[in-house]
Amino acid sequence: MIVKLLSGDQPRSAILTAILLVILICLAGAPFIFDGVRPLDTAARICIFILLVASYDLLLGYGGIVSFAHTMFFGLGAYGVALASIHMGRGFDALLVGSISGALAAVVLALLIGLFSLRVRAIFFAMITLAVASAVAVLVSQFSAITGGEDGLTYKIPRVLTSANRMGEFMGTKISGKILNYYLVFTATLILFLLLLRIVNSPFGRVLQAIRENDFRAEAIGYRVVWYRTAATCLSAATAALAGSLFAIWLRYVGPDTTLSFEIMLDILLMVVIGGMGTMYGAVIGATLFILAQTYLQNLMGSASEATSALPLIPDLLDPDRWLMWLGILFILSVYFFPTGIVGRLRESRRA
Amino acid sequence: MTAAPDHKPTFSNLSLTERLDEAMPMLLIPILVVLGFLAIGSPSSWLTLTVSGLAMGMMIFIMASGLTLVFGLMDVINFGHGAFVSVGAFVGVSVLIALGDWTGAASLLLNMSAIFLAVVAAMMVTGALGWGFERVIVKPVYGAHLKQILVTVGGLIVIEQLIHVVWGPDEIFINRPETLKGAVTFAGAAMEKYRLLAVGIGLVLFIAMRMVLRRTKIGLIVRAGVENGPMVEALGYRLRMVFVGVFIAGSALAGLGGVMWGLYQEVITAGMGEKMMVLVFIVAIIGGLGSVEGAFIGALLVGLLQNYVAFLEPKLALVSNIALMTAILMWRPQGMMPVVKAK
Repeated sequence: MIVKLLSGDQPRSAILTAILLVILICLAGAPFIFDGVRPLDTAARICIFILLVASYDLLLGYGGIVSFAHTMFFGLGAYGVALASIHMGRGFDALLVGSISGALAAVVLALLIGLFSLRVRAIFFAMITLAVASAVAVLVSQFSAITGGEDGLTYKIPRVLTSANRMGEFMGTKISGKILNYYLVFTATLILFLLLLRIVNSPFGRVLQAIRENDFRAEAIGYRVVWYRTAATCLSAATAALAGSLFAIWLRYVGPDTTLSFEIMLDILLMVVIGGMGTMYGAVIGATLFILAQTYLQNLMGSASEATSALPLIPDLLDPDRWLMWLGILFILSVYFFPTGIVGRLRESRRA
Repeated sequence: MTAAPDHKPTFSNLSLTERLDEAMPMLLIPILVVLGFLAIGSPSSWLTLTVSGLAMGMMIFIMASGLTLVFGLMDVINFGHGAFVSVGAFVGVSVLIALGDWTGAASLLLNMSAIFLAVVAAMMVTGALGWGFERVIVKPVYGAHLKQILVTVGGLIVIEQLIHVVWGPDEIFINRPETLKGAVTFAGAAMEKYRLLAVGIGLVLFIAMRMVLRRTKIGLIVRAGVENGPMVEALGYRLRMVFVGVFIAGSALAGLGGVMWGLYQEVITAGMGEKMMVLVFIVAIIGGLGSVEGAFIGALLVGLLQNYVAFLEPKLALVSNIALMTAILMWRPQGMMPVVKAK
């Protein structure tokens, strides 16, 4: 049953299985295990980023295509929900319509970009997505009448999903709509993640991997490389948009900084590479580690910076604002020395 | 034995349409300028916009030329190129601020020497940085595009953050040197002096680069290396050395572009290189990756179009470049002047 749910793609390492189980249990029971608002928010973020990073892994790890427009698709989903909620009034129908139209828009855009750039050379794709994504970010901040510009949009989601909805107590924790909202995010993430796992282990996923290894050969065998690559782009864009919709439902706010910025794109890249490209489980580990580090490590760096304040330059290097630099260094080192990421390492150690 | 088939070689001239097709990329610039004139209507604003478009195009070309050559020569795609733009701008602007007496004086000679020193310092620093970048970041991942993109993006992040460490997190405002402030009025059109200078520097650089590439031995090796690397190596040239040289020169040019862009905007931020990369990539793609002439034409097209559109419909300025790229890729999928690789 479990093997079937995982599409036959087991973690293949005892330590990895243990880590994944711990993450799953912590996320599944987050409202009950941890106290307070911040851990719940962190858990929801982890769920959403697991989905986002996994969808990016479909493209980067399995398809071997580098895209810089993933946040754009993420943002399309988020703005879809926001705009639908504003114009249709609060309600589940607005959330549904918003999510679906966001995902559709993402697929159409991905199809256009894919057909344009993948037709010629795969490396054009990286550059063209970078250009298109920055253009979209500029458009969003300029057409403020529709998108709220830099300030973003706030809107109302169904009352059932807000903390105003109290539903009594369970195991010493007050059950509110917020927790219901969390479980909506969690369940959707779990289902979509398993779906992605299904996709990469299907014949379609196999062909993608073949194309990643040797596109010329795959073409020679008779697979239409452009078609497969474009399809992978569209699938990944749609999933990213759905992750964006979940993010919008959870935050009740969308803005360029939280959904469209290049920083988030870098975060996604880091999560995929550190977790392990082309493994799907890497997305789970990468996203969890990264979000935890982002939330809690910066405090640590702040204290380290203060502790070394007597020394020259070092406090500047350890400043919490500079944590992106350390991640960048980690990123370069992991591309060189652990191209398969944490998951790949764990699997190798078992084989050795 | 069968007789050889009739074979009558003819040396007819190319027909007009064939020649037009060949020269089309060159003709696009005048066509765009004329279209801009028709759309804008007022000759004086048209002239102002054309000059600023040309200035912007020249600066983008300076930044893009290194990137496109590096790609043509070694198939290396450097996403970290933008970092050199930022570093160049910061070094150059620091020098200019340090030479505040020179830039504040109303003497053209002192102003120009301050700019010259700033440019030299910026180019030396970014050239050295480029050398280090090539050694540490790019060299281990030759031949693997995916890793190149990832690793150079990592390099971009690290360098950008180091700029924050050295120069602090805030943007720096910079005044242009005294004699370059203000504008010249010609036929009722105000043209900023600095933009004219930028057009001049860009033109001189383009001509110099073309001369080096077309008339010198090293240029010959570079061009041959772009077309057929293994063959050049078989003839005994160490193409790797040439490549490192081109990488350093390209980084230094990016630094020069950074100084010029910083003075153009009168403000510099650590993220400016990253923003410029978008335009640089558009230019490199529409020009044809690896082609310096293509990048030149592409840069001028982008600069002109962006300025015209920004005047006519400000909100669509950046989108206009995407539209231009789409149109050109539909017309020539490999870019305007595709590099012919001998395989």
